[in-house]
Amino acid sequence: MSDPTAPSPSASAETTTAVAATSAVAAAAAPAVAPPKVVVPPKPTPAKPADKGPSRRFFLLSWFGSWFAVAWVAFSASMLAMVLGTVRFLFPNVLSEPPTSFRAGEATGYEENKVDDKFKEQGAWVIRAKDERNRDIIYALSTICTHLGCTPNWLESEKKFKCPCHGSGFKISGINFEGPAPRPLERYAIKKNDDGTLVIDKSRKFQKELGQWDDADSYILV
Amino acid sequence: MDSHAHGLSSSVQNGLGGFYLVCALMNFGFAAYFHFQAKNRTQVAIWGAVGALFALMSVAYFGHFGWSLSHGIKDFVDRIMNPVSYFAISILALAAVLYFRRFFTNPIVAWSVLMITLFCSGFAMTDPNFTAIITKPDNVPIVILIFSVGYFTWLALRLAVINDDRIARGEPPMEKLEEDKVLTWPDLVYTELICMVVFTFALVVWAYFLKAPLEQPASSAKIPNPSKAPWYFLGLQEMLVYFDPWMAGVVLPTFIIIGLIALPYIDFNTKGNGYYCFNERKFAITTFLLGFIILWVVLIVLGTFLRGPNWNFFGLFEPWDPHKSLPLNNVNLSDYFWLYGFGKSVGSMHWLIRELPGILLVLGYLLLLPPILAKTILRDYFIKMGFIRFFLLVTLIQFMALLPIKMVLRWTINLKYIVFIPEAFFNI
Ligand code: FES
Repeated sequence: MSDPTAPSPSASAETTTAVAATSAVAAAAAPAVAPPKVVVPPKPTPAKPADKGPSRRFFLLSWFGSWFAVAWVAFSASMLAMVLGTVRFLFPNVLSEPPTSFRAGEATGYEENKVDDKFKEQGAWVIRAKDERNRDIIYALSTICTHLGCTPNWLESEKKFKCPCHGSGFKISGINFEGPAPRPLERYAIKKNDDGTLVIDKSRKFQKELGQWDDADSYILV
Repeated sequence: MDSHAHGLSSSVQNGLGGFYLVCALMNFGFAAYFHFQAKNRTQVAIWGAVGALFALMSVAYFGHFGWSLSHGIKDFVDRIMNPVSYFAISILALAAVLYFRRFFTNPIVAWSVLMITLFCSGFAMTDPNFTAIITKPDNVPIVILIFSVGYFTWLALRLAVINDDRIARGEPPMEKLEEDKVLTWPDLVYTELICMVVFTFALVVWAYFLKAPLEQPASSAKIPNPSKAPWYFLGLQEMLVYFDPWMAGVVLPTFIIIGLIALPYIDFNTKGNGYYCFNERKFAITTFLLGFIILWVVLIVLGTFLRGPNWNFFGLFEPWDPHKSLPLNNVNLSDYFWLYGFGKSVGSMHWLIRELPGILLVLGYLLLLPPILAKTILRDYFIKMGFIRFFLLVTLIQFMALLPIKMVLRWTINLKYIVFIPEAFFNI
């Protein structure tokens, strides 16, 4: 600022700065209440034709030093901080999502036609039963009802899964037979480790209506 | 009279004593009205006697030797109750009230109906299952809803009948006699102030006595059985029993909202504006009451009181047994058509061929029915309303009718979906 040149741009410079400041504030505060529109009245520039430097400096100082500017800067800064803070929430330090795969014990530990709720918390029922081709298989059924996503219950005495939300029923195979559920429960990928334990991978799903239950990863033979 | 055989707890006895006492006082009040205002001796005698009867019941229950409902009656009620009879009775009741509105809007008839209802509910409350359900804090608003919807429907019909008579005699409706203007201050402001105080007080009392129904922490593994939506969504939840979530959760609610918004534009009837009436707006009022009372309120009541574990239907007095098992095997239309009709398995068919009968049926319903109606029974409407308004009206009513149609099909032939394309998440 040691080389002052134009005498008049003070007013225009002032307005552009003001506009820029207001729009920045508006952008930052977009989700919140729109800030009141502020019209900055052009301030009379102290006319000192002989020495332009100090006047310009004085103007800038006076503008930035006014309470008005302080208020706006503080406001924009807090709004910006708020937005950034909100954005920060999208990236939590800890992901509480459980791992998508889990171990389900030894394959030999499963009795035929028994459903136990041991892994319901993890989102699957691991079941050993005969499939349509009469093979003895172990498979993992998702606990998400295919109607609207409630968690059905296994009713041992009736040998069926029954959803408490709208009454859909599924056979032990996961096939829907009553109520509004339009398709069978989904299977998760299952595999046997070398040591004989089962690993269920919830990131891969197999849907019967798409013919995916024939996929060798959707069951294991006993 | 087997009071202690069923062991009515003393809190139930006291509660019923209080309940019948309130009923008795109501009747004495009604009798007093006839004595001082209407000067009708017969009515005074009748309602005095009814009040005395209630007072007697009250004394009996306060003395802890009140009666409880016999098993025979409970079993009978449970046996005749199922979704079909429940809906049939609701629709018949609404039809009867509308048809015999002159009879039902008579205050004495209405009072008798109310007293019979209260008398029966008192008896019903001797059943622990029934009491447990209706006094659950969640469900108390629904009890209030039943009575308030009943009362306001009755009130509107009563004013309508009075106005209909006036119009028939060539007089203006009552509303036209009132002054056009009411002062904001003090009339409106005072009314608002009083409402505010009364409602605040009532809510505080309510909040104090009926605790917020909080349950265990939410978990995807342990969910309450039955899992019920908030009461105002129970109608939607009941629709979900018959439809795919996409239909019941998105399409039909959208049509409800669009329909309500479109009502003023569809309505071409210039009469009946600004006053109660029935004769001048038979179609509009009947359609509205069908939609609101039968397809919304009745569904909420059904969802609240009659849907138990696993979303099974339970009679009023039936214990909620989570192992109750009803045969509900449902069959798709494609199965009916191809499997039972032609003996072909649908497993290997392309979905378009498999679902062709259903798709044609739905298209026919939506596209052919409106012109047919326009040519035949709704001809007058079509001429009066013009093309767009008529088709909008018929389409809206068709979507409204989908629910009862689907219900009846489910009950009669266990139909699951008319169009069933799980490959594309599209089911009707
Ligand atoms: S969510 Fe399971 S039946 Fe609707």
